[in-house]
Order: sequence, then C-alpha cells, then structure tokens
Amino acid sequence: MKLNLLIRLMAGFFLLQSVISSAEEAQPLQADVVVEAQVQRLSEELRCLVCQNQTIADSHAELAQDLKQEIREMAAKGMSDQAIIDYLVARYGDFVRYRPPLKASTLLLWLGPFALMLAGAIGLVVMLRRREKMVADKPLTAVEARKVRELLDKDS
Amino acid sequence: MKRFLLPLIIFLVMVGFLAVGLHLDPREVPSPLVGKLAPAFDLPLLDQPEKTFSPKDMLGQVWLLNVWASWCGACREEHPLLVALSKAKLVPLYGMDYKDTRVEAQQWLNEGGNPYVANAMDIDGRVGIDYGVYGVPETYVIDKAGVIAYKQIGPITEQVLRNKIMPLVERLQAQ
Repeated sequence: MKLNLLIRLMAGFFLLQSVISSAEEAQPLQADVVVEAQVQRLSEELRCLVCQNQTIADSHAELAQDLKQEIREMAAKGMSDQAIIDYLVARYGDFVRYRPPLKASTLLLWLGPFALMLAGAIGLVVMLRRREKMVADKPLTAVEARKVRELLDKDS
Repeated sequence: MKRFLLPLIIFLVMVGFLAVGLHLDPREVPSPLVGKLAPAFDLPLLDQPEKTFSPKDMLGQVWLLNVWASWCGACREEHPLLVALSKAKLVPLYGMDYKDTRVEAQQWLNEGGNPYVANAMDIDGRVGIDYGVYGVPETYVIDKAGVIAYKQIGPITEQVLRNKIMPLVERLQAQ
C-alpha cells in the first residue's frame, strides 16, 4: 500500500514538473508570437528592392529574407515599428517604404492625381458652359433665314 | 487652328515626360547614404582571415569600395575594367565580398585577376544591409574624411568611370 502511494506521489510529481517546465517554455513562444506579428506587419509595409514591386513579405529574394531576419532581430530587441522603419530608410531611402511619406519631393506623387482630377473637372465645366452658349437661342441672320427657307422648300 | 493648340501642348508635355522616363533606370534608387559617413565595419580579409579591414583604416585617403560576389554575373562584366583601373594606380580599390564563400571568391580572383588591395568578407550580408546594398555590384567613392561621395548601383561602365567616378576622385584627392 505504501509503495503504491509512493508511486502515485512520484507520478504526480513528474506530471506537475512537466506542466511547470512546459509553462516555462511557453514564455518565449508567447514573445515570438508578438515579434512575428510585428515582423509580418512591417514586412507588408516595406519594399523588396530587388523585385521592387513586391513587399518584403511577398518576396522570396535573398535580400528580402535577410531583411526579414534583420527586422525580426530588431523586433526581438523591442524596437518600435517606427524605429525599425527609420533604420531601413536610413540605409535604403524612402523607396523602401511601400507607402511613401508626404514631403516636398513626393508632393507631386501624392497630389498629382487630385490635381489631374481637378483639371479634368474644370475642363468639363468649361466645355459644358461653352456648349450651352452655342445652343442658346440666337436670332438668325438674314442669310441664314433665307438658307433655311430654301432647304425647307426644296424638301416639300 | 486655335482649338488644336491645347491638345498639341498636352501632347508635347506627355512626350516630354515619356522621353525622360525612357532614360531613367527604375533600379537606380537614390541612396540616402551619399553625403554621410561610410558605415563602420570590421570584417576579416579574404586571404588572411585573422586580419580585418575597417573603413577607418582608410581615413585621409580617397578610395573605392566595390561590393561584389563570385555568384554575381554583372560583376564579371565590370571586372576587366576594375583590373585596368587597379593597374593605373590612380585610386586604391578595396573589395567587399558579399554573401560569398572564400573558396569560390579566391577561385574567381585567380581566374579574372585580382584588382583589389584587399577584400573584406561579408559572408552573412550584414554589413551589406548597413550599406544599403541591394544589387551587386555596387561601388562607393569614399573621400578623405570617410564620407560617401558617390554610389554606383550595378556594374561600372567605361563611360561612368571616365565621366563620373574619375573626375570625382581627382576632385576629392585635390581637396
């Protein structure tokens, strides 16, 4: 009986220990999830300079893999999104960002489409006004009136 | 005739934009590193792994840093030009062997000739990231104060060497 109890105690002890140790191992795993989420979020914001029209997340180029690793290490050190983006912009320029920042050199890029739309709208209004004027009632000149009469007479 | 004037102007502006666009290379991204200190590193040499090379060893001299690799096809294109440049002894040329192995790099230099004073081994590409390397070969002109004066992305051509790099080197050396 005593032996049985001992075995049970020991089994319980080992079970408990395995639970404790697995709980300890889960700690870094939890941190990894946060880091991985940050890596994923940043990878979708950054351009792969080798393939240019892909984000680092989409690209399988070696440089993209290296950059992802670099981002992962910075994220693991607890750097913020902005700090990591700044780090890469300092090396690769604004082009590394998939969403270019709004500044003097990118003003045309940001405002160009709206300027074009505005120009189109103004053009449309001007054209419609002009056309309106053309169809507006205007008395016929004597020559025009005679021509109209001639044409109508010819038909009948 | 007047009503054709506006479309003509718009057409000419478009032609202007497209003509400029044709001559731009989308792979040439302006480097934010130009005008800044060359990032520090301390990397082992290709032929003497126990020794290292660092940009601060070059302070007081104008020098070129050429990033290359034995796996890089375009490096093969510019290599004869680099060999000729090193023979002219106008400016010291250092290499950074990017994500390469010693054996392959050494073999490559044995075949094509070695234009470099020394080669730093950036085996994992870490220093490459600091230098914003994304398309080997890349070449940096670094001045006496250790500031990057120019960055060539892609292979050096005779034209680039004659019209851009050498005049710049001479100007920097005179400073």
